[in-house]
Amino acid sequence: MSETTISPQLAKKFSRNLIERLIEFGLLCSAAFAVLITAAIVFVLVSEAIPFFQHVSLYDFFTDTVWTPNYSIKHYGILALVSGTLTTTFIALFVAIPLGTITAIYLSEFASHKVRETIKPILELLVGVPTVVFGYFALMMVTPLLQKIYPDLTTFNMLGPGIVMGIMIVPYIASVAEDSMRAVPMAMREGAYAMGATRFQTAVRVITPAAISGIVAAYILAISRAVGETMIVAIAAGQQPNFTFNPVESAATITSYIVSVALGDLEHGGIGYQSIFAAGLTLLLMTLSFNIVGHMARKKFAERY
Amino acid sequence: MTIKTSKKTAVDVNAIRRLIKKHKKNDLMFAALGMFVIASLTITLIILFLDLVLDGYPKFTLDFFTNFPSRRAARAGILSAWVGSSLVLLVTFFVAVPLGIAAGIYLEEYAKKNWISDIIEINVSNLAGVPSIIYGLLALGLFVYSFGLGQSILTAGLTLALLMLPIVIVSTREAIRAIPIHIREAAYAVGATKWQVVLHHVVQYSYGGILTGVIIGMARAIGETAPVITIGALTFIAFLPPSPVSIDPPFLNFAWLNAGFTVLPIQMFNWISRPQHAFHINAAATGAVIIILTAMMNGFAIKLRYNVRKKIKW
Repeated sequence: MSETTISPQLAKKFSRNLIERLIEFGLLCSAAFAVLITAAIVFVLVSEAIPFFQHVSLYDFFTDTVWTPNYSIKHYGILALVSGTLTTTFIALFVAIPLGTITAIYLSEFASHKVRETIKPILELLVGVPTVVFGYFALMMVTPLLQKIYPDLTTFNMLGPGIVMGIMIVPYIASVAEDSMRAVPMAMREGAYAMGATRFQTAVRVITPAAISGIVAAYILAISRAVGETMIVAIAAGQQPNFTFNPVESAATITSYIVSVALGDLEHGGIGYQSIFAAGLTLLLMTLSFNIVGHMARKKFAERY
Repeated sequence: MTIKTSKKTAVDVNAIRRLIKKHKKNDLMFAALGMFVIASLTITLIILFLDLVLDGYPKFTLDFFTNFPSRRAARAGILSAWVGSSLVLLVTFFVAVPLGIAAGIYLEEYAKKNWISDIIEINVSNLAGVPSIIYGLLALGLFVYSFGLGQSILTAGLTLALLMLPIVIVSTREAIRAIPIHIREAAYAVGATKWQVVLHHVVQYSYGGILTGVIIGMARAIGETAPVITIGALTFIAFLPPSPVSIDPPFLNFAWLNAGFTVLPIQMFNWISRPQHAFHINAAATGAVIIILTAMMNGFAIKLRYNVRKKIKW
């Protein structure tokens, strides 16, 4: 008897389940879109770079130190761009790693609750400052300042943008490293204090080793940022490819080369057009390998409490 | 014997006291160093921002916002740039937000522990680490040439949407994860379906966190320059795209999607690249506009998140 009253309700179940399934499928498609983007990135870069490497041998690409796509004798030696990328990255890390680490340790272990709650939002605001504005700082303010100390410095150099890039990256390192230090259980701090350790000793000998996987992750993130950073170097480092590791010289990075080509007239399918995809592929492989190293380091150092 | 030990401990106590003193000094020194680093960073950046605003100050007139760029620096304005930025962001918003929220909901609420969800997870975290200029190359190869969308507002909007997607997905997931399981159990107990639970409860309670991610993502999209330059956006635009709304039916038109455009950061980059100082003033003013805009959006988002965290007590 009760079955007869339920059955009209049950009749609704089929359509209801169908709608549920359709919605789940739609949501799955949205999530799978992320995979599609990755596949598209790899596909586009590789398919445009293949014709490029039919013109330029892989050996020349990786060993030649001259990059002159606009001259009559064309050279495509990516090292001329990689050197600029590595030099600016190194300067940036030289600035950002000490400052970022000190900031993180201070905020996590020394600052009072109130100070931390004030500084953290400021750091987040700084992360949001567009890079083109930092490029303006590098060219119009930092380089002139450096020229007062070192008068031979040219208007376009790698030192100014490198330093500004470092300042830009400090908040990234500070906030990721601080998060991982805060995640270390309080019991470990209490243990160290109970043994008579000072805050500084606790921070350096207990908290930092315990949070090292997160700190390494922060450094790797910083390297990826610096390698992929575009506008600061495009504005302030000059866009002339130059195989040098001397920070006072001007040079192009992989990213600023892509920008300089994109600003000109792009002949679709020409070798100049293809060259930016080959450069982009190199850049992607560089950041990817840093990320993989970071992932491995994180796994190796990961501590479980 | 007893005298000997007491003498020895007396020596040790002094040594220990010195040691403690030294370590306390180290402690203080590091605290001072930390404060110094933070203060000098903040002060440096404040000086730089103030300098930017002061450099651009002469240009803060209504004309600057209502004039097209011009060969003469004094008459040049950012009309086409801010209109372009707004329209591009409109496209970005309508693509990235639904897609990102849907993906976040799937990963948190529906995904089973299997290789498909593993691959998706790895992809989302990898995408967040891809340099923005790579998205520009993707858009150049795919949207501009393969899909034939050209160097249009639609292309730029889609490109920035791809950049913004990981931010929206991550913030959606974080917001959803904060909702305790018993909320869902209660809804299931009164006969709700999975989708009803998600739509009526999970999304309702996490909208604050999702909104924070959306605003931060939009603020980032405003300032993104490299990918938009890479798709070949023009730097000198002295016209406006067709208006999206009209007084005649059908009231909405989509011709603007295919229009050429420029955006605020590209306009700024263009002015920085010129040798004349007068243009640098324009660049500074544009930079100040971008910074104030993004800082307001980010500030609002941070405040919102703070309020959400404070308010919710499960």
